[in-house]
Amino acid sequence: MVKDSLGYITHGSKAYHIWMIFLTAIMLIGMYCYSIQLDQGLSATGMTDRVSWGLYISNFTFLVGVAAAAVMLVMPTYILKDIDFKQAVLIGEGLAVAALIMCLAFVVADMGGPSVLWHMIPVIGVFNFPSSMLAWDVIALNGYLFINITIPLYILFQHYQGKEAKPKIYIPGSILSVLWAVGIHLVTAFLYQGLQARPFWNNALLGPRFLASAFAAGPALIILVLAVIRRFTEFKIETKTISKIAMIVVVAAQINMIMLISELFKEFYAPTHHSESAYYLFFGLDGKTALLPWIWTAIPLNLLATVMLTINKLRNNPKVLYICCFMLFLAIWIEKGFGLIVPGFIPGPYGVIAEYTPTGVEIGVTFGIWAMGAFVFTMLAKTSIGIELGKLRYRKKDKVIVSETA
Amino acid sequence: MGEKKKWYKLDFGSKTKESAASSCGCGKTSGGCGSHQGPPPQKDEYTITADEFDKAVEGTMVGETRKDGFQQVFDVKMDRRTAFRKLTASLLIGAGAVQTSCSVVAGEETKEKAQIDWEEQFKGNYKLMTQEERNATVDRLVRSYQLRKKENIKMSSTDASKDVLFGYAFNISKCQGYMDCVSACVEENNQDRNSEMQYIRIHEMKDGNGFKFDEADDNYYHEVPAEGHFYMGTQCFHCDDPPCVDVCPVQATWREEDGLVVVDYDWCIGCRYCMAACPYDGRRFNWSKPEVPEEQVNKNQHYLGNRMRKKGVMEKCTFCIQRSRSGKDPACVEACPTGARIFGNLLDPDSTIRWVLENKKVFRLKEDLGTDPKFWYFMD
Repeated sequence: MVKDSLGYITHGSKAYHIWMIFLTAIMLIGMYCYSIQLDQGLSATGMTDRVSWGLYISNFTFLVGVAAAAVMLVMPTYILKDIDFKQAVLIGEGLAVAALIMCLAFVVADMGGPSVLWHMIPVIGVFNFPSSMLAWDVIALNGYLFINITIPLYILFQHYQGKEAKPKIYIPGSILSVLWAVGIHLVTAFLYQGLQARPFWNNALLGPRFLASAFAAGPALIILVLAVIRRFTEFKIETKTISKIAMIVVVAAQINMIMLISELFKEFYAPTHHSESAYYLFFGLDGKTALLPWIWTAIPLNLLATVMLTINKLRNNPKVLYICCFMLFLAIWIEKGFGLIVPGFIPGPYGVIAEYTPTGVEIGVTFGIWAMGAFVFTMLAKTSIGIELGKLRYRKKDKVIVSETA
Repeated sequence: MGEKKKWYKLDFGSKTKESAASSCGCGKTSGGCGSHQGPPPQKDEYTITADEFDKAVEGTMVGETRKDGFQQVFDVKMDRRTAFRKLTASLLIGAGAVQTSCSVVAGEETKEKAQIDWEEQFKGNYKLMTQEERNATVDRLVRSYQLRKKENIKMSSTDASKDVLFGYAFNISKCQGYMDCVSACVEENNQDRNSEMQYIRIHEMKDGNGFKFDEADDNYYHEVPAEGHFYMGTQCFHCDDPPCVDVCPVQATWREEDGLVVVDYDWCIGCRYCMAACPYDGRRFNWSKPEVPEEQVNKNQHYLGNRMRKKGVMEKCTFCIQRSRSGKDPACVEACPTGARIFGNLLDPDSTIRWVLENKKVFRLKEDLGTDPKFWYFMD
């Protein structure tokens, strides 16, 4: 199977090759930037003692949500036996795997001492479990990665051999992954929520809002990906599938909106000392306004997309749907990334307002990791589509790659 | 092999473990890998030749207590943990042997440096080390410094004494903002000069506004005391319930018995979670390689204190552990020209700090967070 799929992913149309070369180039640039960072230390980034987490942790937080969102497809397909989703779910799980790999890459990129990361491996290192939420997160993310690799692998492998996958084997795994997905995002939220030092994060709504925004942004991305797959491959994805996922996006986006209103009300109706971070984020403090353009892009986009998606007529128009999904994805990326992590540090514990601007190296590494995620996802999706379409089968070896077209 | 050790160590678990400190990654104690020549010669007494070893083994071959050859390694009852550790050890040993023995052109010193670096890279968490292991790593670090900089340093690994709990008090009325404490701290604790890292921040506040930290200036460059201002210093408060310790994923930071919150710089992975968790801005990160001019290095060091750090690790105020554990006041206390800083043992009823706590109206910062700092403020 490995050999076949290797053959399969290295062949494709011109557009496919250009896409992969493009991603490889960006990954190489990212690796170059990372080598600079390794050499100089994290001083190559824009982070300082005042704002000690930045672009990397922002992206990590957001991507955990994307990974968790795969569950929104798993649940109806495997557990509620909704056939519509079956084609989408393998793509969703592929997306989860790619997102998790990106998460881990972002965390590693953020470490001051990547060479001693083995200290974190249970048994040979010292694992501060259950005290540290970061230790929980390591378990949650790696466990989720494992589940999301094994389930699709089992199903695809069975299909590859021309057999049917046994529900008895994959349904328990799917149920576990559903619970686990909620878990990874909650645990990641608790990572911030548990810090009494940072009032902006120390907020009971953080976890639930993480989930709501994740279940909007993740499936929005899946819709976009499915649209691309529908366009460029023979893989049949029914409009019904997409409109069902769109329904999930709408509901999640609406809940997210309600929570946003609740948060804003709490911060601005009776502002306390603890509302300063929110003030900084939305209005700036002491003339320091670096985040204003970001958040005031995110909020209108979010609002507009949610309203437009709520209207059935607009949602059912594929073009509008795709645009809305893109807007929503972008808005949540800003809000749950930059808009969440950076204001947590501003103002500092004693009220000092020091701003953060990512450096070129940091941006380069970030793009590199995103490209890596896209690369991984493209390979996974191409293999699974190949198997699902029946092009990739364990039969006479010579016929396997002949039917190649995509 | 100590059963209670929780970390991985380059120790093959064979009967030669007594000389583990002087043996190298190849696991042999005689001949072979080429990294055994050189000092310290007295260790040679402990190494034995293969013949002697065989005889010793035969002599004790009663029952199954002693085993021969590979059985020594493989026929040992072990749980999964030790098994895994040993598997890793053998991998590392292989690589280590290659690393040290293949470098034919390298000189003695280069080999020794490589050997030290290797053992340092894979040593355990200081908190969980036995006293011998602590001494061994201190010896390695001292030797490493000697090899690299041709200078001798003194490094201690003194433990907390019984019946000692350190506390600190700051007299707001006395502080005039001279910042002598800051420069004394930087010099004492070998902080990076390039980034001008400072553990202590002095906040200049306006009279009549009360404690308004957000309106204070902690980075002033003018003559002090400035008219109509007062000063307040902050640093690590050595909380009794420190949030930074709870969040560390690898237990690289902990509260010592005498109340000092310390960092094992070699175990820290640089995730900076502790920095996000600290409500008092008490922690600093080495964003690049810390540099101190050789003539300014304080050579009186402690493993958990002011020894040289590397890039990508956390550090913080330790109440000058190298001084306080040998009966001296921290550098900031000693340097303060106004006597605003008071340090001492909270468990000693006759100490100055106890007198202050009992006779002054003391308060602490952000008490509502439940961190229980051991750093009090008071006024005359």
